[in-house]
Amino acid sequence: MSAPLLQVRDLATHFFMREGVAKAVDGVSFELGQGEILGLVGESGSGKSVTGYSLLGLVDPPGRIVAGSIKLNGQELVGLPQAELRRMRGRRMAMVFQDPMTTLNPVLTVATQIKYAIGAHESVSAKAGRARAIDVLTRVGIPDAAARLDDYPHQFSGGMRQRVAIAIALLNRPDMIVADEPTTALDVSIQAQILAEMKSLVRDLGTALIWISHDLAAVSALAGRIMVMYAGRIVEYGPTAAVLRAPRHPYTRGLLDSLPMRAEPGQELAQIPGAPPSLAALPPGCPFHPRCPSADAICQTAPATTASGGRGWRCHHPLLDGAA
Amino acid sequence: MLGFLIQRLMQAAVVMLAISALVFVGVFAIGNPIDVLISPDVTQQIRLDTIARYGFDRPLWEQYLAFLNRLIHGDFGRSFVFNMPVLNLILSRLPATLELTLAAVLGATLIGVPLGMFAGYRPDGVPSRIIMAVSVLGFALPTFWIGLMLIMVFAVQLGWLPAGGRGETVHILGVEWSFLTLNGLRHLFLPALTLSLFRLALMIRLARAGMREAILSDYVKFARAQGLSEMKVVCGHVLKNISIPIVTVFGLELAATLAFAVVTETIFSWPGLGKLIIDSIQSLDRPVMVAYLVLVAFLFIMINFMVDIAYAALDPRLRAGRA
Amino acid sequence: MEKAEAASPLGRFCAEFSESRVAVAALAVVVLVIGLAVLAPLFAPQDPYDIGKLVLGDARRPPGFVGAGGYVHWLGTDAQGRDLLSAILYGLRISVQIGVAAGAIAFAVGATLGATAAFMGGRVEILIMRFIDLQLSFPAILLALVLSAILGQGKGQLIAALVAAQYAYFARTAHGAASAERAKDYVVAALSTPMPASRVVFRHILPNCLPPLIVVATVQIANSIALEATLSFLGLGLPVTHPSLGMLIANGFQYMLSGRYWISIYPGVALIVLILAINLVGDQIRDQLNPRLKR
Repeated sequence: MSAPLLQVRDLATHFFMREGVAKAVDGVSFELGQGEILGLVGESGSGKSVTGYSLLGLVDPPGRIVAGSIKLNGQELVGLPQAELRRMRGRRMAMVFQDPMTTLNPVLTVATQIKYAIGAHESVSAKAGRARAIDVLTRVGIPDAAARLDDYPHQFSGGMRQRVAIAIALLNRPDMIVADEPTTALDVSIQAQILAEMKSLVRDLGTALIWISHDLAAVSALAGRIMVMYAGRIVEYGPTAAVLRAPRHPYTRGLLDSLPMRAEPGQELAQIPGAPPSLAALPPGCPFHPRCPSADAICQTAPATTASGGRGWRCHHPLLDGAA
Repeated sequence: MLGFLIQRLMQAAVVMLAISALVFVGVFAIGNPIDVLISPDVTQQIRLDTIARYGFDRPLWEQYLAFLNRLIHGDFGRSFVFNMPVLNLILSRLPATLELTLAAVLGATLIGVPLGMFAGYRPDGVPSRIIMAVSVLGFALPTFWIGLMLIMVFAVQLGWLPAGGRGETVHILGVEWSFLTLNGLRHLFLPALTLSLFRLALMIRLARAGMREAILSDYVKFARAQGLSEMKVVCGHVLKNISIPIVTVFGLELAATLAFAVVTETIFSWPGLGKLIIDSIQSLDRPVMVAYLVLVAFLFIMINFMVDIAYAALDPRLRAGRA
Repeated sequence: MEKAEAASPLGRFCAEFSESRVAVAALAVVVLVIGLAVLAPLFAPQDPYDIGKLVLGDARRPPGFVGAGGYVHWLGTDAQGRDLLSAILYGLRISVQIGVAAGAIAFAVGATLGATAAFMGGRVEILIMRFIDLQLSFPAILLALVLSAILGQGKGQLIAALVAAQYAYFARTAHGAASAERAKDYVVAALSTPMPASRVVFRHILPNCLPPLIVVATVQIANSIALEATLSFLGLGLPVTHPSLGMLIANGFQYMLSGRYWISIYPGVALIVLILAINLVGDQIRDQLNPRLKR
């Protein structure tokens, strides 16, 4: 296998607030191959979105990347001047956000927003720009794209709007797209459509995709590998099928058990007791231990990552095969 | 769009009617206008004649209807003091006020919006703190005090600029304008600055608040994620977005400033409408007061109306909603 | 996140307020100035309203001059030979009196109207709020100007004019807050119980409308003081025998061009220090009560 497209080592992004330092991302390492689809799963507040923002250098104050390395095609991104990061955004890496209602500027036509996005990297004639816009909108499944180009975002449905946002992200053929829960705000039927379209799009274009979601089920339909994030750390990773079949970390197990499709009809859904900890006041040791069914004294110390055969977990008491 | 226009026009007409009634009752029904018109030692006969001539003996509603009737025919009555048609009087003073107001509001907007956007973009820097301090001052200081200080510094101490009057004017289309001569501009500068300080503060706050909200929005983040430069993000995306409240306030302030020029015009002896209304209040020249108030109200409503249209043009969501 | 010792909302509020040095200093100035104004007869070297004590030969003397009274006129004297410091202290007294009275009455009238409109709903609400909006589109200064011209000079008349010009701000704020409050589930629930409606208004709705109203009140008291000064400056406020700050400034204005700056400047400084301080306190309260500014 060739060198990975993206290499993240010990990434830490902290938010410096009045109440203290929130360690939103705290020592995250992973790799992403060319054209690979990677799922990043976790509850809200686990730091998965901040991980995405960190990759693009879009962390707003009071947050900043405090340590670690991000290499895209071997080029280090951490510490790169904003101007150079800007040139890479959109062209080498792009991002799609959760809420299609707010990611598009409500007072600009789709054509204008696409024009700006192209213009950020190259100067093309109005005609060529329009042709490219129509092409990319058609690709993401917008019927009659030429006619809709001059519409405003509010004239599109939620699903269509997200398609427009995806089209804009794909506009400059980035090597990698970070999709931050792009289907969460949509109807279930539309979710499935967009998921399927996204999968074939990135396959056709050879774009790598990091799909961030709290929905394990959606991710498993899409991603070849998944990572599970908890309290700013990756607690488990591995090939999707293997992780789903035999989770090692009790947290992954908890997420799986709370999926409705796993329950018998009429049976009460399992849930993980308690709530995710505040990132500004993490419990000592394994941050999951206050909610963990198999926690004991040793969990007061932080577990190291155990790696084995493409899989890895961060737990003192990993679950055994078939425990799910 | 047309339906929306007609609906708004109807509303404007109703409001206009209500205001004219309020103003009429407010100004005419309190006190006795006859004492201003004639000296106390005339005969009872002359007194009664005068009352009858002006219709003061008839019931209030009848007087109001008569007033409305004259109004519709473009007759605002005659000034008790100047003994000339009020409309001519007001029209002759309007250009001076209009000139002053436009200079003040345009200046405040052109300077205040960029300053406010900057303060919203970098809220924690020293320049932003200075900008915000200016806006606090602009809000808190009474206009007349600002005017006095400017006169004191620039006219009395430094002697750079004149303390009052309009200076040389140029006739265009039968109207005098100050801003076309250097001398006139020098005269315009201090009153316009006085008048603009409050609007400057307002524009700074408005633009700052808009910027602060926009800069945290998803669409700005998304634009950055596409690799747009900060310049493009601010000028292409944010400016268009915050222009909606700015246009609104610009219009409203244009109207409000026309009325508020009262104080500034008095201090700088600027021969505009504001000075006229103060003079007519002091001499109880009621027809001028009524006409002025009705005209100001009319202006307000027209500007509100135009702001609504501009609003609809700027915000595609509204345009669709009202179509 | 929260400090343990500041348990009550008021305690937390005060703790947060004391973190802003500017706001604390401004509050101290407000308290000091109001104290001086209230106790003016104790501090003022002269009773400026006692015409018998005025010596015309002492008129328009610069600061530091020792007049016929045998004491130092620290801030000079005005055109009538009044000690300017005394005139300013008494002038502040009038300004504060009028500002607070107008603000309080406008608060009561406006909040009642706004809350009533929000609570009654239907036509009453439309009628009241349309009228308020109409009035708000008119500049307050113009309204106050015309009203004080119609009503004539005097403290009561001036306060009435100021109230009429300002109550609408309270009404709109109260209406906005009360409508938002009324739509909340707990009010709907409380109204569906046999509890009397008035109890819901006083126990639930009004307390929740207070914060924005307090912000409006601070700003409007400052505005009342500025407006009163403006009207007096234009010669439409109070009788000349009891000069407020605005009138002192107006009276001194004509001498400013001849270099006798102190007659206008010192009353002006007193006025703007007071207005500025109230505004700064108001700004801090507003920022603290605005949940959107919280990180």
